[in-house]
Amino acid sequence: MPDALAAHAEPHGHAHHPALQHHFQTMAQQQEAATLGMWVFLVTEVMFFGGLLMAYLLYRVWYPEAWSEGSLELDIRMGGFNTVVLIGSSLTMALAVRSAQTGAPRATVRWLLLTIALGLTFLVVKFFEYKEKYDLHHIPGPNFVFEGPQKDHLQIFFSLYFGLTGLHALHMVIGVSLLSVITWMAHRRRFSPEWYTPVEMSGLYWHFVDIVWIFLFPLLYLVDRAHQLS
Amino acid sequence: MTTTVLPRVTYLNVRTTVASWLLTKDHKRIGILYLLVVSFAFLLGGIFAAGVRIELTTPEGDFVSADTYNRLFTMHGVAMVFFVLIPAVPAILGNFAMPLMIGARDVAFPKINLLSWYVFVIGFLFTLAAMLFGGVDTGWTFYTPYSSQASNSNVLLTGIGVFIAGFSSILTGLNFMVTIHRMRAPGMTWFRLPLFVWALYATSLVQILGTPVIAITVLMLALERALGFGIFDPRLGGDPVLFQHLFWFYSHPAVYIMILPPMGVISEVLACFSRKSIFGYSFVAFSSLAIAVFGFLVWAHHLFVAGISPYSAMVFSFLSFAVAIPSAVKTFNWAATLYRGAIWWRAPMIWVFGFIGLFLVGGLTGLFLASLGLDVHLHDTYFVVAHFHYIMVGGAIMGYFAGLHYWWPKITGRMYSNGLGTLAAMLVFVGFNLTFFPQFILGYLGMPRRYHAYPEEFQVLNVLSSAGASLLGIGYTLIACYLLYSLWKGEEAGANPWGATGLEWKTQSPPLPENFAQTPIVREGAYEYAKRETKVA
Ligand SMILES: [Cu+2]
Repeated sequence: MPDALAAHAEPHGHAHHPALQHHFQTMAQQQEAATLGMWVFLVTEVMFFGGLLMAYLLYRVWYPEAWSEGSLELDIRMGGFNTVVLIGSSLTMALAVRSAQTGAPRATVRWLLLTIALGLTFLVVKFFEYKEKYDLHHIPGPNFVFEGPQKDHLQIFFSLYFGLTGLHALHMVIGVSLLSVITWMAHRRRFSPEWYTPVEMSGLYWHFVDIVWIFLFPLLYLVDRAHQLS
Repeated sequence: MTTTVLPRVTYLNVRTTVASWLLTKDHKRIGILYLLVVSFAFLLGGIFAAGVRIELTTPEGDFVSADTYNRLFTMHGVAMVFFVLIPAVPAILGNFAMPLMIGARDVAFPKINLLSWYVFVIGFLFTLAAMLFGGVDTGWTFYTPYSSQASNSNVLLTGIGVFIAGFSSILTGLNFMVTIHRMRAPGMTWFRLPLFVWALYATSLVQILGTPVIAITVLMLALERALGFGIFDPRLGGDPVLFQHLFWFYSHPAVYIMILPPMGVISEVLACFSRKSIFGYSFVAFSSLAIAVFGFLVWAHHLFVAGISPYSAMVFSFLSFAVAIPSAVKTFNWAATLYRGAIWWRAPMIWVFGFIGLFLVGGLTGLFLASLGLDVHLHDTYFVVAHFHYIMVGGAIMGYFAGLHYWWPKITGRMYSNGLGTLAAMLVFVGFNLTFFPQFILGYLGMPRRYHAYPEEFQVLNVLSSAGASLLGIGYTLIACYLLYSLWKGEEAGANPWGATGLEWKTQSPPLPENFAQTPIVREGAYEYAKRETKVA
């Protein structure tokens, strides 16, 4: 073992940052690896949602009436409110990253807490939205109820609605948990302008989850609203 | 051979507790952890295959019921595809060798690497549970609406297992891609990378882009089966063919997750044992990327008789022919490398020759199936079964064993018996051809796959096939015996028993926990065999 340890110490004998993991040579290398890894992960997420969106695309083309009817069933006030909440949370998240970058830990914690609060707000509203659908028996499955000739196609619409928004909500739950850990780390003064990679990576994730919703909101809630307004 | 003693400190003996293995972040140890689980899955899949072959020795369905037979071939497929072929080369050999080959101390994310193994094991346990509770009978393709509505077997448990195991593949792909981008040693430029690393890079591309799609598809199937969602339900106007599209969007490229890394292994071993630089390095490197990219554009050749439009069928047929080109580029380059090489007949090289022969047959019969007219005749017959076994067993598994025999001295520090290694390769080659060549004929004559009984006139060929399968079983058992034996009695291998040029051979065998005593600095390409005076005992 002494040989191996000596050999290990050799290439970087100088004092290095405590956050530098032993298999990296420099902080820059570690940072670049994390960033690339996160972007690659987000690509896998795009493909993950992509499968469901492919199904969405197919059935929207096949069953446009069901899609417009289903879209009108959704609560645009709750959906719209949630859209604003999430866009706001992206701003607070960006400000948290900025604070970590400039070495302002108190501000970092504050912005992170605000982001978490907005995320939780989204989830609470989503819960009530789901509950309303539950009361109306719009959950797809053997107990699905819908009056009208489009009933079967609407079940497909609601399958995709719950599939897409459910998966998104799951990502929100993961995001809020992630941010809680990051907040704790920020509170313990673990980040500095030299090393705030976890804050930045969680930020990327949060923005991604946000963007997914920016797509889901018009795709699900706004299919035929213009028709409704006229 | 040499009288060197094993190195004092290695990644194997630096710590020896069970916990040190279960919590290891060392890519080399994680490779061995994968080896254990994958070998068990291989045994399991082999046992299911044995059940299938025993049933098919007689025309009557007398060994097992039709229902049991369905479960046997399904579980054979599920175990072999998701828990052997997908992880075998990347997660075992790639994990062990790739960081060494690029001169890194570890992969970019060692904790995620360990996590991927645990995710894999959890997925495997779910699938194992499904098998223990009576198995699954849908075929490994889980086609709807049979899987979502009709089947009374454990589709849900198996699906959850496959879903979870998929994330292990994604994590490995992600880790490898970042590692190859960011962890190369000084001087290790892209065009000095060993071709195995290029192959793993191309593979990680497929894992990253394809695997999430099968994950979401299986999730949709699970929602449909468990909660009654209606995405693929024809009674509601849903489209079961959509499932097939999404399934094959992953599962065709998945064939390249299985075959690209073994192709990379072949390039390494073939250059080493021909004592030549690989012919057309950049063509071989880019053909891996070409296969990964074009592999995503051919999936609907599995749906030629599923009622897709003739125009799209024509496009997919053409693209399926086109994707054979980069594979052919590789094969020609290997042949050109052999030409006037100083071929050294050692066990790993025998496996390489086996690979090339079998992969060639598998690839060429793929062109038969890509032809629209012929596919109508051959679809769902034993011709298809023979074709993909030539690729997935004749290609991927032969390549896996070529790599295992090549790197075994590096992994363990010990040599196995070259004679037995050669014998096993020949047994497997002969046994394989005896098993699967008759199936080409059976398929051509019209014997459909997935039935447990068949007309009398097919018996001779089926008996030949079952006899070959026994030979295969003996061959694989033999490998396990002499490799395990070498752990106790094998000669010390020394750092570079093959006189190979890769960086992994510049460190001791077994390597240091940190791989290299000093970070290597690379000054030449990967296959400078011509430049060096190689002396091997
Ligand atoms: Cu295919």
